Amino acid sequence: MSTPLLRVRDLTVAAHGDPIVRGISFDVEDGQCLGIVGESGSGKSLTVLSATGLLEAPGLTIGGSSVLTDTTGATEIIGASRATLRGVHGPRVGFVFQDPGTSLNPLLDLERQLTEGPETHLGMTRRAARRHALELLEAVGIPDPEQRLRAFPHQLSGGQRQRVMIAIALACSPSLLVADEPTTALDVTTQAQILDLVRGMQDERGMAVVWISHDLGVVGQVADDVTVLLDGTAVEQRPVQEIFASPRADYTRTLLAARPTLGDPRPAPAADAEPVLRVADLDVSFAVRTRTGTRRIRAVRNVGFTVPRGHTLGIVGESGSGKSTIANVLTGQVRADAGTVRLHDADLLATRGADRRDLRRRVAMVFQDPFAALNPRATVERSVSEPLRVHGLATGPERTRRVADLLGQVELPADFAARYPHELSGGQRQRVCIARALACEPDVLILDESTASLDVSIQARVVDLLLRLQEELGLTYVFIAHDLAVVEQISHEVLVMRRGETVEQGPARAVLSDPSHPYTRELLAAIPPAEPRVRSSAP
Amino acid sequence: MTSTRPSTRPSTRPSALRLLLRNRVSLLGCLILAAVVLAAVVGPWLSPYDPNATDVGNALRAPGAEHWLGTDQLGRDVLSRIVAASQVSLRVAVVSVSIALVLGVGIGLLAGYARGAADAVLMRLVDVMFAFPVLLLALAIVAVLGPGLNSAIIAIGVVYTPIFARVARASTLSVREEPFVKASLTMGTGHAYVLRHHVLPNISGPVIVQTSLSLAFAILSEAALSFLGLGVQPPQPSWGRMLFEAQGFVGQAWWMSVFPGAAIFVTTLAFNLVGDGLREVLDPARRTALAAQGGRS
Repeated sequence: MSTPLLRVRDLTVAAHGDPIVRGISFDVEDGQCLGIVGESGSGKSLTVLSATGLLEAPGLTIGGSSVLTDTTGATEIIGASRATLRGVHGPRVGFVFQDPGTSLNPLLDLERQLTEGPETHLGMTRRAARRHALELLEAVGIPDPEQRLRAFPHQLSGGQRQRVMIAIALACSPSLLVADEPTTALDVTTQAQILDLVRGMQDERGMAVVWISHDLGVVGQVADDVTVLLDGTAVEQRPVQEIFASPRADYTRTLLAARPTLGDPRPAPAADAEPVLRVADLDVSFAVRTRTGTRRIRAVRNVGFTVPRGHTLGIVGESGSGKSTIANVLTGQVRADAGTVRLHDADLLATRGADRRDLRRRVAMVFQDPFAALNPRATVERSVSEPLRVHGLATGPERTRRVADLLGQVELPADFAARYPHELSGGQRQRVCIARALACEPDVLILDESTASLDVSIQARVVDLLLRLQEELGLTYVFIAHDLAVVEQISHEVLVMRRGETVEQGPARAVLSDPSHPYTRELLAAIPPAEPRVRSSAP
Repeated sequence: MTSTRPSTRPSTRPSALRLLLRNRVSLLGCLILAAVVLAAVVGPWLSPYDPNATDVGNALRAPGAEHWLGTDQLGRDVLSRIVAASQVSLRVAVVSVSIALVLGVGIGLLAGYARGAADAVLMRLVDVMFAFPVLLLALAIVAVLGPGLNSAIIAIGVVYTPIFARVARASTLSVREEPFVKASLTMGTGHAYVLRHHVLPNISGPVIVQTSLSLAFAILSEAALSFLGLGVQPPQPSWGRMLFEAQGFVGQAWWMSVFPGAAIFVTTLAFNLVGDGLREVLDPARRTALAAQGGRS
C-alpha cells in the first residue's frame, strides 16, 4: 500500500495540562475524503487543525506525529518551524472555515485576496495571478468573474463568499483541503450547492479533503471514510457505507438515530381547537440607506396565518425570507406597516400601556443562540426569575419555588439555579432559555431557530422536550427554521416563505409530502438524504 | 471549545472578595491602599511633627534620625507633611472620580442605549467638554466657584466626565445589541430594569479600568491645580503641592521631591492593581477559572 497523503499517529492536544484530544490516529489517502464527526467540544477541529499545523496558542501542548507526504516530499507537521509551516499552508494544504462572513478581509477586493497566495507561493506575476484568479472564480461558479474580481466581500451573499473562500483555498493547488464546518452557517439549498462544488473540485483535481462536521447527514454526502470523535477519542473509524449500515459504537448509533429525517410527520391534534394567534395581511418594511438615497425594503408582504391552541405552525425559508421579521413583529421588536395580529381577542399591535405589557408576557420567545441569549453576569435563578419579577408573578420564597419548578419542567436539576451561563453546556443553556420563556406563563411560544445551533443529539432531546411541554401545557408554538426535517417533526401546519412572501401554506403532511410550489421542492431536495452517497469513482 | 464544558462543582464557588485577596498582586494593592487610608485617618495623631510648623533653623535637613524623610525649605518635616497630605490627595481622587463616574456613566448609558437624537445631542455636549484643555476648563470652573479644595474637586470631576461617558457609551452600544437584552425586552421588561440588570453589569469591565486610571490622574491633576494656586491653599499640604514646592530645590534637597513623588507612585500603582483584580473577579467566567486555578495549585 502506498504512503497516505496525511498520516496522523497518536495525536494529543492538551490545554494547560488538561487533555482535550487523547491519542487519535488516522490516514488521509490521496484523492479521498475523510469525514470527521463529533459534537462541539469533542475536539474535532483541534484534532485537524493541530495535525495540519494551524494551531498555536499559549498553554496548548501538542504531541504525536502527523506526516504530510506529497510530490514535494514528506514533512513532519508536529513541532515544525514556522518557516516550514509557511511552505505547507497554501501550496500543500488549503483551508475553508465555518463563517464566510468573517473569513474574508472586508477591506480587500477579491482580486487581491485571490492573488496573494499564488504570488507568494508560486512566484506568479501580477498578470498571471490575475488570470489564475479569473479561472478560479469561474471554477467555483461565481457568475461574471471579470467584474466580480473588483468586488468586496460585503457585496457577495453568504454562499458566494464561501465559494470565494474555496477558490482562495484552492488557489495554490493544494494536495489537501481542510474544510471545518464549511456549510454550517449556510442555508440548506446553499449547503447542497457547496457540497456539490467541493465534490466536483475533488474529482476534477484529485485532491484529498478532510471535512469536519457535527452533521452525519452532510458527512454522508461527501466522505469516503468517517472518524467519529467523542471526548477527544476516536470511537469508530470505518468507511462511510459501513458506518451508516452497521454502526458498531453506541455513540455512532445515537448520532444516527438523533438525525432528523423526513417522512415522519406529526399527527394533528383536535381540529376544532380555538384559534389563539391570528395574523392577517401583515406588511413590514425597512428603510435602507443607499448611495442614491433612502429606499424601503419590503421584508414581509401580505402574510397571514391562524394558529389554534396546542398547534404548531412551522415557518420555513432561507435567510432573508422574512421569517425572523415575523417573530420580531409578534414580540414587539419591529413595527408593522399594515396588518393585524390578534392574541385571542386582543389586538397585539394596537394595544398600549399596561395591557400591552401583559400581552407581551403572553407571547414569549426562545432565541437561536443560547450562548448569547443569557446575560453572562446573571445566575440561572436571576435569568429564569426575571419575568416573575418584572410582571410581579411571584415574590419571595414563592419565586424560588417557581424557579425550581420551571427548571424541573425543562429537566434540569434545581441546584442549577446558582450556576452562571458559562458553567452550562449549549443544550442546558437552551433549556434555561425555555424555562425563562415558560416563566412568562405564555399562550404562544415563538421558537426562532431555537434548535439550529445545537448538536444533532442535543437538538433531538430539545425537540422532545418541546413536544412534551406542548402536550402538558397546551402551548401554541410558532417554530421558525430553515431545516425542513426538524420542522416536520414538530409542526402541524407549515408556511413556506421566500423573499417576504408566502409561497405555500397548509397542513405539514400535505406541504412536505406533496409540495405544490417548485421552491418547496427545492428546499426538500436540498436536505441531505438519510443514506450516504455511493461514490462511482471509488477505487 | 473547553468553555462549553460545564464545571463540575459550581456550588463551592468562592466569593469575589476572597478571590481578590487570594491573588497576591491584588492583595498587595489592597494592603497599600489600606495603609494609605490608615495614614489619612489616624495620621495626624501619629505623625512626629506638626505638618505646618516652620523651623527655619532646621531648613533643608537631609533624611536622618530626627527627620526620617528630611525637612523642606521652611524646616517642615517631610514625613509629617506626606501623611497629612494623604488625606487631601485621597479625598480629591475619590470624590472627583466618583463625580465623574456617576455623571459620565449616566450620560454614556443613556446615549448608548437610546441612540439616535439623544445620543447625538449628549455626545456632542461631551465632545465640547472634551475639546477644552483640562486645565483651562478647571480654571474656568475655579474662576466661577472661587479657589479652594472643593472647587478643585468639582473641576476635576467635570473634566473627567467625558472620558467615562465615552467608555460607557461605547460598551453600551455593543451590549444593547446582545440577544440577552432583546430577550429581556421581548418579555415586556422595562428599560430601567434592562439598564440596571443587563447593561450595567456587562459594561463594568472597561469602566473599572477607566476608574483606576482616573484615580491616579486625579491626584496629578490636583497637583497641577494646586501649583497654580487653584487647589489647596498654602500652607495645607497635598502631594502635588509638595512636588511643585520641591521644584526649586531639586539639586539641593532630592528628598523634597522623591518622597511625595513616591507616595503618588505607590498609591497610583495600588489603585491600578486593585482595579485589575476587581475587573477579573467581577466577571463570573473569570471567577470560575480563577477558582479552578486556585484549587489546583
